[in-house]
Amino acid sequence: MVAVVLIFFPLLASLALAFIKNNSTAKKVALAFSLLECGITGYMFSLLSRPNVSELLSFSMPWIYSMGINFNVVIDGISGLLVLLTNILVPLIILSSFKAEYKNPNAFYSLILFMQMALVGVFVAQDGFLFYIFWELALIPIYFICLLWGGNDRARITFKFFVYTLVGSLFMLVALILLYQNTGPLYSFNINALYKAGQSLSTKAQSFVFLSFFLAFAIKMPVFPFHTWQPDTYTTAPTQGTMLLSGIMLKMGTYGLIRWLIPIVPLGVAQWGQTAIVISIIGIVYASCIAIVQKDLKRLIAYSSIAHVGLIAAGTLAFNTQGVEGALIQMFSHGVNVTALFFIVDIIALRTGTREIPSLGGIRNSAPVFSVLFLIVLMGSIALPLTNGFVGEFLLLNGIYQYSAWLAFTAGLSVILGAVYMLRCYQNTMLGETNNLTSAFADVDRTEKAVLIPLVILVIYFGIYPKPLLEIIEPAVQNLINSVHLTVIP
Amino acid sequence: MNALFVISLLGVTAMLAEIVKFKKLLPLLVLTGLVVAMGLAVIEWVRPVNIPAFHNMLVFNNYALVFTVGFCIITFLWFMLAQHQLENKTALTDHYSLILFSLAGAVLMASFGNLVMLFLGIEILSIPLYILAGSNKKSLSSNEAAFKYFLMGSFATGFLLFGVALIYGASGSFDILEISEYVLRNAGELPHYFYAGLLLIVVGLSFKVSAVPFHFWAPDVYQGAPNLITAFMLTMVKMAAFAAFFRLFSICFASIGQVWAQVITVIIASTLLLGNVTAVYQTSFKRMLAYSGISHAGYILLAILSINNYSAGAIFYYTLAYSIASITAFTVLQNVCADDENDSLENFNGLAKRNPLLALSLTVSMLSLAGIPPTAGFFAKYTIFVTALNNGHVWLVIIAVLASLVGVYYYFKPIIASYFKTPINETVIEISLQHKLLIIVTTALTLALGLFPDYIIKLFS
Repeated sequence: MVAVVLIFFPLLASLALAFIKNNSTAKKVALAFSLLECGITGYMFSLLSRPNVSELLSFSMPWIYSMGINFNVVIDGISGLLVLLTNILVPLIILSSFKAEYKNPNAFYSLILFMQMALVGVFVAQDGFLFYIFWELALIPIYFICLLWGGNDRARITFKFFVYTLVGSLFMLVALILLYQNTGPLYSFNINALYKAGQSLSTKAQSFVFLSFFLAFAIKMPVFPFHTWQPDTYTTAPTQGTMLLSGIMLKMGTYGLIRWLIPIVPLGVAQWGQTAIVISIIGIVYASCIAIVQKDLKRLIAYSSIAHVGLIAAGTLAFNTQGVEGALIQMFSHGVNVTALFFIVDIIALRTGTREIPSLGGIRNSAPVFSVLFLIVLMGSIALPLTNGFVGEFLLLNGIYQYSAWLAFTAGLSVILGAVYMLRCYQNTMLGETNNLTSAFADVDRTEKAVLIPLVILVIYFGIYPKPLLEIIEPAVQNLINSVHLTVIP
Repeated sequence: MNALFVISLLGVTAMLAEIVKFKKLLPLLVLTGLVVAMGLAVIEWVRPVNIPAFHNMLVFNNYALVFTVGFCIITFLWFMLAQHQLENKTALTDHYSLILFSLAGAVLMASFGNLVMLFLGIEILSIPLYILAGSNKKSLSSNEAAFKYFLMGSFATGFLLFGVALIYGASGSFDILEISEYVLRNAGELPHYFYAGLLLIVVGLSFKVSAVPFHFWAPDVYQGAPNLITAFMLTMVKMAAFAAFFRLFSICFASIGQVWAQVITVIIASTLLLGNVTAVYQTSFKRMLAYSGISHAGYILLAILSINNYSAGAIFYYTLAYSIASITAFTVLQNVCADDENDSLENFNGLAKRNPLLALSLTVSMLSLAGIPPTAGFFAKYTIFVTALNNGHVWLVIIAVLASLVGVYYYFKPIIASYFKTPINETVIEISLQHKLLIIVTTALTLALGLFPDYIIKLFS
C-alpha cells in the first residue's frame, strides 16, 4: 500500500500545482509536497528492515485483465534503495531552483513532480507492461522540461534525446511482447512469469531479447557507443533537468539491467554479456579521456557520468554478489554526487556567467565554505576512502575482478583517470589566482547551503557507515542471484 | 438494426428541414437522433436478437453493433466540431443529410452478410462524400479533390465489383457464410479465377483504406477538401473501410490466408515506410495528417494479416483511438487557421502563448497519434503488435516499430512549433464554448482509453 501512495502522491501534487498561479507559492507548495513524499519514503525505509510487512510494501490489482496486465508493485531492498534516492533528491532539486527565475514555475514544478511519479513507478513495478508504461511516462516530462526551459539549440538537442531513448524503448516493447507470448497458457506480464518464460527460451531467442533490452538500457544510461545524445542534452537542459537526468533517470537503465534483463535471459547474458561488459569498460576509458580535455564544466561532469555509469553496468553484468551490491551502492552514491556537482556548476555559472574552466580560478580565496563543500563532493566522486564513492567502486571492482582480472584492471583506470580530471577541474577553478570574474565571488547563501549540506552529509555518512544501505539490499540481491543460474563463458 | 433505421430516417428528415423550415431545430434533432441510435445499438448488444435481416443480407452481430456505436460516436463528435461553421452556410441541410447517409453506408459496411450489401454500403458511404469534397464551390483545390476522389473511388469500386463477380462465378453465392463454406469445402482446388477475384477485392479495399500503392488520391483529396470534410473522411471512412475489410476477410478468406498474406505483407511494409517517410517532408498540416493516415492504415492492416481472437478488438480500438485523436487535431486546426486554404505548420507557432488549452490538447492528440503512453494511441499500437507477434510476424513488427519512430519526428513538429517557436501573430485565440467542450472531451477520452483499454477490448470477446 505504501508503494501506491508513493506513486500517486506526486501525481496528485503535480495536478494540484498546475492550478497554482502565484509564482512564489508554487515554489513553496512544490517543496512542501516533495518533503512530505520524502517523509513517507522514510517510513517506507524503516519498514524495509522489519520482518513480515510485505503486505504493506506490495500491492496488486488487475488492470487490463484480458491481457494479463496487473497493477502490481512491490518494494524490496533493490527498489527501496532507488525510491529512497529519488525521493531524497527531488526536494533538493526543487530547492536548488529557488534562485533561478523560470517563467511559469508552476508548470516547471508540476512536471518535476510528474516525473517523480514515473520514476518511483519504474522502480517499484513488478509487471512488465506497467514497467514499460512508467518507463515511457518518465520521458515526457523531462522532454518538456528541457524543451521549455533549456538553453541554446534546445529544440534539436532534446528531440535527438527523445528519439534516441524511444528507439531503445520500442525494441524493449517488442521483446516484452515476445516474452509475454511465451508465458502461456495463463498469459501474464507478471515479472515471475516473464522470468520463467525468458529462461525457457532458446539461446537465439534469448539473445534477441537480451539485445533489445540492452539497447533500451544502454541508451538510457548511456553506455558507449550509445551516448552521443547525452553530453549535449546535459549541457542544454536547465540545471534541474540535468540533475533529474543524471541523478535519477539514468538509474532506470542500471536498475533495468539488474531487475529486467539478467534474470530474464541468462542464456542471452552468457552469449552477449561479455561483449556488453567490454563495451562498458571501453566507455569508461573513452569518456574519462574526453573528460580530461573538456573546457566546459557541465560537459566535463557529463562525461564523468558516462565513465561512472560504465563501471556500474560492467559490475552489474558480472552478476555476482559484490558486483550487484556495488552497483546498487554506486547508483545511490553517484546520484548524490552528480546532483551536488551539477548544482555546484550551476552556482559557479550563476555568479560568474561562465562555465569555461580556463576563465575561472581562485574562487577559494573569496568563497571558502563553497570550496570545502565542493572538495568533499569531489572526493566522493573520485572515490576516496571514507566517502560514499569508495564503497561502491570498491565492491564493483571486486565484482569485476571475480569475473576477469584483466577487465578489472582496465576498469580500475577509471579511478585514476577520474582523479585526473576532477582534481584538475578543482585546481583550475578553485585554486590559483583570482581574476576579475571570480574576485567578487559570493560564498554560498542559506538556500544553497540547505541543498549542499544534506548532500555532503550523505557523501560522508555513507562513506563511513554504509551498513544501513547494505543491510537493506543484501537479502534482495542474494535472493535475485540465487534465482538465476548463469552459465558464464569465461 | 434499429440503429440503421433511425440513422436513415434522420437523413431523410434533415433533407426535409429545408422545405418544412425547421433548420434551427435540426442540429439538436440530429444529435439526439444519434444518441438514440447509439442507445438502440447498445440495447441490441445487451439483448442479442440475432434475427438475420432480409435473408441474411445484414447480420447485426456483436461486431457490427460495436462498430455501429463507434460510428455514431465519431459522427456525434464530428457534428460538435462542424455545427458552428455549418450554421453560417446556406447548404446546412444538405451537409447534414449527406453526412447522415454516409453514416448509414458505414453501418451497412460493418454489418453486411452479403457481398451485394458490402458494395451498396461502400457506394452509400462514398457518394455523399464525392459531393461534400467539392462543397467549397469557389475553391479550385476543392473541386479538384472532388473530381479526383470521384474518379479514383469509381475505379476502386469497379475493381471491387469485378472481384465480387468472379467470386460469385466460382462459388455461386453472394452470401459471405456460403462463400466461406465453399472455400473450406474446396480448399486446395479452387479455380484460378477465384483467386483473381480475391486479389481484385484486395485492390478495391486497399483503395478505400488508402494503402500503398493505391494511395495516390489520398493526399490531394484530403488537402483539397474543406477541413470539416477531411476530418470526416480521415476518421469515419477509415473506420468503416477497415470494419468491412476485416469482416470480409475474417469470415470468407481466413482459411486461405496463405494466398493473400504475401500480398498484404508487401502492402503493409510499403504503406508503413512510404506513409511515414513522406509525411516528414510535409509543410501543410492536413497533408501531413493525410500521409499519417496512410501510415496508420499500414498498422491496422497488420491486424487483418494476423487474424486471431484479438484482431477485431484491436482494429476497433485502433480506429477509435485514431479517430478521436484526429478529431482533436482538426478542432485545433479549425480554430488556428481561419480559412481552409492556409494550413501550413507555421500557423501553430507559439500556440501555447495564444491559447494554452489548444496547445495542450494538440500535444495530447499528437502524442496519441505517435503512440506514446499513456495515450490511447500507444495501447492501440500495442494491441496491434501483440496480434501480429502472436502470428509470428516479427519482421513486420520491427518495420512497424521503426516506422513509428519516423512518425514521432513529424508528430512532434506541431508540438515543438506551438511551445517553442515565436508566433506569427500574437493575438489570443478565442474558442467557442462548444469547441472547448469538444476538445476537453476528446482529450479526456484519449487519456481514458489509454488508461483503461480493457473496457473496449472486452466488447469483442
